[in-house]
Amino acid sequence: MSAVLSADGAPGDALQKSEGVWHAAWRRFKADRVGLVSLVIVLGFLGLIVLSALGLVASQWQDEVGVANAPPTFMGPAAAESTAAIEVPKGPNVDLSDVDPLAPRYKEWDERAKQFATTETVKAETLPFGGDRLGRDVLAKAVKGTEISVFVGVMAALCATLIGTGLGAFGGFFGGKVGDFLEWVYNVFESIPNILLIFAFAAVVGRGVESVVVILALTGWTGMYRQVRAEFIKHRSREYVRSAEAIGASVGSRMFRHILPNVSHVILVRMSLLAVGFIKAEVILSYLGLGVRVDQVSWGTMLAEAQSELILGHWWQLAAATLFMAVFVTAFSLMADAWRDALDPKLRGLE
Amino acid sequence: MTMLLSIQDLQVAFRMGKGVRAEAVRGVSFDIPENTTVALVGESGSGKSVTAMSVLNLLPDNAERLGRILWQGRDLLQAALPELQALRGKEIACVFQDPMSSLNPVFDVGQQLTEPLMKHLGLSRRQALTRAEELLGEVGIPEPKRRLESYPHEMSGGQQQRVMIAMALSCEPRLLIADEPTTALDVTIQRQILELLGKLKTRHRMSVLFISHDLGLVGEIADQVVVMRNGIIREQGPVARIFESPQDDYTRALLACRPSLEGNPARLMVIDDHIAASVRAAQGHAALAAAAAEAKDPDAPVVLEVRSLAKSFWLKQGLFGKREFKAVQGVDFQLRKGHTLGVVGESGSGKTTMGLTLLRLHEPTGGEVIFDGQNLLKLGDRERQLMRRRIQIVFQNPYASLNPRFTIGQTLLEPMVIHGIGKDTAEREQRARTLLEKVGLDGRAFGKYPHEFSGGQRQRVAIARCLTLNPEVLVLDEAVSALDVSVQAQVLNLLKDLQDEFGLAYVFISHDLAVVRFISDEVLVMKDGVVVEQASAAQILAAPREDYTKRLLAAIPRGYRPAAA
Repeated sequence: MSAVLSADGAPGDALQKSEGVWHAAWRRFKADRVGLVSLVIVLGFLGLIVLSALGLVASQWQDEVGVANAPPTFMGPAAAESTAAIEVPKGPNVDLSDVDPLAPRYKEWDERAKQFATTETVKAETLPFGGDRLGRDVLAKAVKGTEISVFVGVMAALCATLIGTGLGAFGGFFGGKVGDFLEWVYNVFESIPNILLIFAFAAVVGRGVESVVVILALTGWTGMYRQVRAEFIKHRSREYVRSAEAIGASVGSRMFRHILPNVSHVILVRMSLLAVGFIKAEVILSYLGLGVRVDQVSWGTMLAEAQSELILGHWWQLAAATLFMAVFVTAFSLMADAWRDALDPKLRGLE
Repeated sequence: MTMLLSIQDLQVAFRMGKGVRAEAVRGVSFDIPENTTVALVGESGSGKSVTAMSVLNLLPDNAERLGRILWQGRDLLQAALPELQALRGKEIACVFQDPMSSLNPVFDVGQQLTEPLMKHLGLSRRQALTRAEELLGEVGIPEPKRRLESYPHEMSGGQQQRVMIAMALSCEPRLLIADEPTTALDVTIQRQILELLGKLKTRHRMSVLFISHDLGLVGEIADQVVVMRNGIIREQGPVARIFESPQDDYTRALLACRPSLEGNPARLMVIDDHIAASVRAAQGHAALAAAAAEAKDPDAPVVLEVRSLAKSFWLKQGLFGKREFKAVQGVDFQLRKGHTLGVVGESGSGKTTMGLTLLRLHEPTGGEVIFDGQNLLKLGDRERQLMRRRIQIVFQNPYASLNPRFTIGQTLLEPMVIHGIGKDTAEREQRARTLLEKVGLDGRAFGKYPHEFSGGQRQRVAIARCLTLNPEVLVLDEAVSALDVSVQAQVLNLLKDLQDEFGLAYVFISHDLAVVRFISDEVLVMKDGVVVEQASAAQILAAPREDYTKRLLAAIPRGYRPAAA
């Protein structure tokens, strides 16, 4: 990719330099309205993540700012619980101090209690998007959850892409013994049910954001490997690679300077699809209790909590997590589709 | 004589989106009488295929057609789809260029042949099979009954094209549209197909609309010729008049730029030369005369010597078995500085494998390649890298041999960077620009990408890339075969000029004997991996010894000959 992006030309060439493949792709992308809207949404999310990572937004998500299970503002405060008061018995109070063994100490305890100031924090009756069972702001949680979920999805996709592309490139370009060995590794990974593999890794690596990234990357590279391998097999005998060999280009240069930019569109699109898949996988992992740590929040942990809340009719945590996830994942998928259309060189003949 | 098909002022344009329209055909009119072969000739992009495909409306959806196409008095442009479908295959049949992709690989030949018979003629399955067998026999396929059960991949290219023709003939059409039906085939097969078409035409009393870029071919088969360029007709008339007294400059140029087997000029006329020359002639100046080729120094030093070169591939057979396939065996030759060795043969003769083996793009199985006193095949990696500079290759397909993501500049700089030629980027760029000008492109090409160039220009870039390394030997693997006739002439002239200037030695691999004759000093004829004949170019043409060479020579289209008509 860098070979093209850093395309050089003499200073005087600026005017003559014509539109590169990536410029053309961007021009086509801009013409796609759906793609453009989804790109804006994705960029908005990324901005949110940066802000939250810098601590500018939702850094106080752990504070219990509302009453437990505070409903969203637009619904108004929850109706006061109409607990039927126990009927007060009639007749005078009975003095129990004679039989109460603690009676002599009540006075002392009252004295001691006066030494400490007690402040009664006013907890909000309602929160913008409701509160969880501890009274934490669901909106703040969802924003913080975005940070972790998207980070996990994108990082895992990057790592899986790196593994898959590297192995696929070697397997496809060299073939023979190397290819056979890599195929064997691939088959071993593919033959184990995916969720089992994830559990196995999770049991070994332990919990935490980094672990989730590692687990997903180690289990999710196979599809990328398969596709990149096929592309390399196709391209390695193309004449432009042959002519590069004829002028003496090294193996590395042929693999990564010549072939890689020509298959980069495949990798890019596959990577964005992987990111979407991994975001969903993280949700499942956290839901099953194998995901992020307890003191962190992700869309998955929110959904896991929502399970018990839903029985009590507190639907807002579920709604917030679902809404965030649905919007981001949909926008990301549509963006990936638009990129694929813009980058696919097969459509270039139409210009 | 009644007109079978009459095309009147046909215009075809393609909507390209955003209100942009690309005009492919601009006002074309010609007639096809009954029992006549009309040839539509032109270079790629001339609109000849679009014209033919608009008859049955086989164009993509974004095409707009104007004018009139009269089929026995009925206007096909106004016809509804069911009406056209009734015509397609039954009255007007088509044969396309690539038989490999025109046949469905998952059905056997019998199934594909019987489908139109049952659909259009309403035959029963059994009747259709009998008829299919007759048809296969008619197009000259041996053992037609057994062949009905074979799949397309089990047949050779020529046989596949015969099946396509049998399919087209199955409903006894009145008109056969043949769109470059022999371009993908070897010369000898091309000859057989042409003869078959001629025979079938007389027997079935049908007309043929024959589309081709090759005037030589057209001269042999056509009764009427229509020459097209850029969507308009330049000239049309009976074949004898087109060949004997062409009126249009373009037709004359097309006739002249094709290397012929008779006489060997030092340069080929290219279309612009020709048109310029006739303008000059009209203004009273003398026309350019083609000078005879200068004789080359027969004692020039030998740069490349090949001794009993062999290359085998191992095919898997059964579970563990391997079978040796000898792609090349026992090739010997010497190549002198400034000379050209032509290598001819049909597809599968091992000529390309031989070329790749010379550069060790395929590892050879045996033999020696002596280059400057060293055996290329025994060199270590470092010496081999040094040798790479001195022997280079140009591939057949200019659309595939340039990296689409590299600018022309990057493509040209890369070999110089690898081999450390030139002090710095500025010097290398300077060199790259000089070479671009040398191959006839201007320096502006430097920052452009390959898809902005035509095939001929791309091939020039590929040649410039080889020249960056100052090679002594250039292997040209079908380097002009994918180009239009006129562009072919330009590239061939360029190659000759470069040879004179740099003293390059060429190994020129081609299936086209006429081109080989033009450029080569010595010719190797290969068949099934073996050299069957080796002699000087003039000698091979004048007095071929081997039957195979004679057959190759006889198969070359020679254009219109009154005696043959």
